[in-house]
Amino acid sequence: MLEIDNLWVAINGKNILKGISLNVKAGEVHAIMGPNGSGKSTLAAVLAGRDFAEVVEGSIKYMGRDLFDMAPEERSKEGLFLGFQYPIEIPGVSMVNFMKTAVNEHRRHKGLEPLSASDFLKLMRDKKELVEIDSKLANRSVNEGFSGGEKKKNEIFQMAMLEPRLAILDETDSGLDIDALRIVANGVNKLKRPDTSTIVITHYQRLLDYIVPDIVHVLYDGRIVKTAGKELAVELEAKGYEWIRNEVDRS
Amino acid sequence: MGKENDKVIGEVTSGEYKYGFYSDIEIESIPKGLSEDVVRIISGKKGEPQWLLDFRLKAFRHWQTLKMPRWANLRIPDIDFQDIIYYAAPRKQNTVDGSGEIDPEIKKTFDKLGIPLEEQKHLAGVAVDAVMDSVSVKTTFKETLAEAGIIFSSFSDAVKEYPDLVKRYLGTVVPYTDNFFAALNSAVFSDGSFCYIPKGVRCPMELSTYFRINAANTGQFERTLLVADEEAYVSYLEGCTAPMRDENQLHAAVVEIIAENNAEVKYSTVQNWYPGDKEGRGGIFNFVTKRGLCRGENSKISWTQVETGSAITWKYPSCILKGDNSSGEFYSVAVTNNHQQADTGTKMIHIGRNTKSTIVSKGISAGVSQNSYRGLVKVLRNAAGARNFSQCDSLLLGDKCGAHTFPYIEVDNQTAIVEHEATTSKIGEDQIFYCNQRGISTEDAVGLIVNGYAREVINKLPMEFAVEAQKLLQISLEGSVG
Ligand SMILES: Nc1ncnc2c1ncn2[C@@H]1O[C@H](COP(=O)(O)OP(=O)(O)OP(=O)(O)O)[C@@H](O)[C@H]1O
Ligand SMILES: [Mg+2]
Repeated sequence: MLEIDNLWVAINGKNILKGISLNVKAGEVHAIMGPNGSGKSTLAAVLAGRDFAEVVEGSIKYMGRDLFDMAPEERSKEGLFLGFQYPIEIPGVSMVNFMKTAVNEHRRHKGLEPLSASDFLKLMRDKKELVEIDSKLANRSVNEGFSGGEKKKNEIFQMAMLEPRLAILDETDSGLDIDALRIVANGVNKLKRPDTSTIVITHYQRLLDYIVPDIVHVLYDGRIVKTAGKELAVELEAKGYEWIRNEVDRS
Repeated sequence: MGKENDKVIGEVTSGEYKYGFYSDIEIESIPKGLSEDVVRIISGKKGEPQWLLDFRLKAFRHWQTLKMPRWANLRIPDIDFQDIIYYAAPRKQNTVDGSGEIDPEIKKTFDKLGIPLEEQKHLAGVAVDAVMDSVSVKTTFKETLAEAGIIFSSFSDAVKEYPDLVKRYLGTVVPYTDNFFAALNSAVFSDGSFCYIPKGVRCPMELSTYFRINAANTGQFERTLLVADEEAYVSYLEGCTAPMRDENQLHAAVVEIIAENNAEVKYSTVQNWYPGDKEGRGGIFNFVTKRGLCRGENSKISWTQVETGSAITWKYPSCILKGDNSSGEFYSVAVTNNHQQADTGTKMIHIGRNTKSTIVSKGISAGVSQNSYRGLVKVLRNAAGARNFSQCDSLLLGDKCGAHTFPYIEVDNQTAIVEHEATTSKIGEDQIFYCNQRGISTEDAVGLIVNGYAREVINKLPMEFAVEAQKLLQISLEGSVG
């Protein structure tokens, strides 16, 4: 599904990602953990095609294609979804209008007719139930005035609407209360199919109790310094990053 | 903003003007130039009464003493007023009663513009006065409206059929002495719409005038007069387009509105004159004086405008709030792209007690355009309890365009409350990326974001117009993301 090979990325001339290699197969759930500023969101942004970061070296293949040949909207339409760490507000644009445009662009890409208004509203209703999002939120402007937790729920709602092949969830758990965390995680699990993959970026083991990863990576100073099974997350939760830091410094 | 985005932005703003075609219609026109004789010829062609000719001549003599206003934040090239044709009319138009056959070419033109002139084909509930160059070619639903006592006709017909009404109101809100372009218009105005809603009548349909400039080298000088008698209500729409040409064309209209006691007038404009090409060649000079007089108590006049066209726009739809408790509103979206320039805004003159005014202005600039809001809120000594709220927002697409705000506030009554808020923002790269990430192209994203930004104003438009306006906003900004 996704093959990242020796990826070097710089922002304003400063290297942020320093030789990342990562292989995500269909059906897998990967967790990426790591201290603040280690480059997790930068990696997510590069995957989604944001152009503030400069790719210095390396390659990324997505579904067998060179990811760098694809515009951000094409990546989306080919099933790559990014749940933003900080979702963006778009005043005056209703969620309904926004999602309708997005869904119909995805359909057009697949050679399908746009959804009729009633079919679309039905789809919205179904998906809203899936993530147990308040109906009223869908009638408001995109993320405008949403609470931190509501924004995160709204990301998963959009994911449910677009049914991505590869979902990258950047700290979707931060800002969620205990119930919302469970609801959101269950939503993500329900959307999982054998042919879809998920990359979960998180600081906390808690989320991984619900969305159980196959593989956990630790990103430290722009490098993946450790890769192991789900028990690594438990270990990190217990010990923090200090021992990783020591390990890295030693080598 | 990244290189890639800049490029897309460049592409998005290079949209095409969809109404730039020219119709090959046989026209009757007079030679170029402006003189007392020309004024007499125009008046003569219309078979006007002496009082109207006198009005024109007075206006013309006054105009000769005036100079082009230069105070606006606009670079206006010198206009040679002798190099303009002041009267051009399709030869085979039906006249006076609107019952005769219309030249099929004219019908085709309006069909192409989406303005069918047959009543049965029409959007239910919209009556249209179609004006091409200097004359009204057709007014629909005249009879239906007449049953409710409503007069809706071309200005020329009104002069013939209701001379007393026209005489009573013409020039009472915008006197010919008002400004350079109002004087010019008063001297040479050719046609436009007249509308009178009698006491107690709610107009059962939207009234609209569609202005089309077709002939070359011709100026359009229309005159609209709208009177809502006591307790009357009307919603009025105005649309306009012109062919693409390399030379500039002048459009200098005057609109006057009178609202009597408890009357309400909503006036909506979707202005889409040809804006000129990407290099700034051609386009309409749109120098318009629009003013409403809330003469009666509790009367209300509301201006809503979506300005996307014209090379240069100079326009300040205003309200004189004379009646106690009267209110005025101005909702505006002005878009400028490429080399377009707009200096637009409003004047709210509070004279009566407890008068209220609301100003919501949304400027959107792209390309190398310049977009200015200019507004005056004036509270006179006796306007106790007057209230104004102004909100002026500017949105920039790219970094080569300009947004400017010139709010003037003059308050002579201590009980008045005047509030002014202003913001300037750039279209967010992160907003565009967020849309991209959901599969929405940058062009569509800009359309969405801009429409969201302008929604408060668009929502004030009648439904069918709102949809049109949304599309128009997107098209006008094609090629501009920045
Ligand atoms: N637009 C930018 N301009 C300059 N520096 C940036 C920019 N974006 C990220 N950085 C820097 O890149 C580094 C990695 O940031 P990133 O957001 O990827 O970290 P993160 O691992 O997601 O951290 P967190 O856990 O706090 O979300 C940080 O040092 C950050 O300051
Ligand atoms: Mg982050």
